[in-house]
Amino acid sequence: MDLSRISCIDPCTWSLPAEPGRGEVRFFGTRELLEAMDDKVMEQITNVAKLPGLAGCAMTMPDAHWGYGFPIGGVAAFDPEEGGIISAGGVGFDISCGIRFLRTGIDRAALMPLLHKVSDSLFRDIPAGVGEGGSLRLDAAELDRVLAGGARWAIAQGFGSADELEFVEEHGCMAGADPANVSPLAKARQRGEMGTLGSGNHYLEVQWVERIHDAAAARAFGLHEGQVVVSIHCVSRGLGHQVGSDYLVSLAKAAARLGVTLPDRELACAPIRSPEGREYIGAMNAAMNCALANRQILAHITRKVFGHYFPGVPVETLFDVSHNTCKPELHRVDGRERLLYVHRKGATRAFGPGHPGIPERYRAVGQPVIIGGSMGTGSYVLAGSPTGEARAFSSASHGAGRAMSRHKALARWRGRELVDALATQGILVRTRSMRGAAEEAPGAYKDLEMVAEATEKAGLARRVAAVRPLTCIKG
Amino acid sequence: MAAATLRTEHAYFEHDADVGIVGRGERVEDAFVAGAQAVFALVSRLEDVRPLERIEVAFEEPDVELAFVTWLNRLVAESQARDLVLGRFALARAGARWRGEAWGERWREALERGVDVKGATLTMLSVKPVDGGWEARCVVDV
Repeated sequence: MDLSRISCIDPCTWSLPAEPGRGEVRFFGTRELLEAMDDKVMEQITNVAKLPGLAGCAMTMPDAHWGYGFPIGGVAAFDPEEGGIISAGGVGFDISCGIRFLRTGIDRAALMPLLHKVSDSLFRDIPAGVGEGGSLRLDAAELDRVLAGGARWAIAQGFGSADELEFVEEHGCMAGADPANVSPLAKARQRGEMGTLGSGNHYLEVQWVERIHDAAAARAFGLHEGQVVVSIHCVSRGLGHQVGSDYLVSLAKAAARLGVTLPDRELACAPIRSPEGREYIGAMNAAMNCALANRQILAHITRKVFGHYFPGVPVETLFDVSHNTCKPELHRVDGRERLLYVHRKGATRAFGPGHPGIPERYRAVGQPVIIGGSMGTGSYVLAGSPTGEARAFSSASHGAGRAMSRHKALARWRGRELVDALATQGILVRTRSMRGAAEEAPGAYKDLEMVAEATEKAGLARRVAAVRPLTCIKG
Repeated sequence: MAAATLRTEHAYFEHDADVGIVGRGERVEDAFVAGAQAVFALVSRLEDVRPLERIEVAFEEPDVELAFVTWLNRLVAESQARDLVLGRFALARAGARWRGEAWGERWREALERGVDVKGATLTMLSVKPVDGGWEARCVVDV
């Protein structure tokens, strides 16, 4: 990305000043990370800053890369009282994509002799990859209950226990869901998809805590070095994809009629207070509940697999956090508290210490934030920073971010060779798609360490623990 | 309405996170068919997919660019809802009315598994005449 138009505020914060018709844009990250980004990142976030009712700045996280409409890693908040909009392009197809992070009472040394068996069992029991449906078949009425109830629905069906809900965003159920706003085709796509992982960059990874960065936060999160943990990265599946498709086109058509000038049609949006905006919000919230229910089911299946090999050993939800959402939140902007609709497309909510939205157990240290990496590098657990609210509406990075297109990755790596090479490093990959494995090669992603460090230095979230992969179930 | 099934080619263009697809053909309908081939070649190897089941899609869309996205999204949605992988496509147009068909089969072990295509986006969307024929392109989310 050409940095000549932007000024450096501090080593991890950059600004493109506001101009008539466009708000200020902030870029978080080191010079090295920003220089490696495509110019399209600046073009896309600059377009976002032209949308009506923007509060504060539009911004990108250190892992940002070129997306569709919004850049991935883009954050923007809109004020409904000032004509602010809700954008289907600002949420995308993977509505409420996120990570369920589990901590276990198992140490790496105890798992290693059983790793192949655990890996094979997870691969057998977790439907993953294109064309892999789940064992649940829901009729239309039951699916509506999923869309209204989220993870609470899953728990009522026996997938987990109610005490987990405290550790899931929105206590497992997004308010304001309206299943009637979800099309019959979207529901048809989901009937056999509950409890499935999906494909692309979605995964279930068994990991171990390699290094603790913040002892107090790690204690609060129940993490220690050598401990086995699990990351489940997945989404609302076909239903969310169809909600995205349906509203992307309908809002793109409606924008002109509603008086919204779109700098890019992909930013398809409607005023939050309009009937069209409210309709999308009801459908999007329903899709969020679908994702929360899906991750709850997958967490339960994972727990059952571990329970078979390690009877009685706890496998608990540390946190479940989404990174493709738009949520109404109270934030202080220009000296006053305002209710804003915060779009986070490939960005994680990261409340700082003391925020009432954080479970009491973690409140003193900040909300858990998970930065998912590649299957060769692992992930980071972070905690929301006290400065994140003022800097970025309490938002942080969500992943390592792609550094190379899927097409280039496919030309450079062979899936089988990659899986074999990872096995020699002690990382077992289970997948039905060698093509998918090649596209997701660790080398196609940015340096996770750089992203996590920049996230901390930018004052968005601070590192708590680095976790490394042991086995990856790849979609 | 005459169905378009011949004289098509598909290709891809670079996009950081997702995939840019291109369909080219003699007529707009041919380019759309090629676009569908580009999408489903990401899902599996087209030549291995047997035309055992047929689906129909019909819609009305006067905006030719939105028609391309709608065509692709309907195919993606219908194939997933019916648990099918598609390999052959045909499309006919009468003004703003579009009527298409696609053939494929249920997933089986022998089929290569690529990636789920979640939907076609409006990013880099264009449908235009090129070199005496038509070209349709957009980014699809995978």
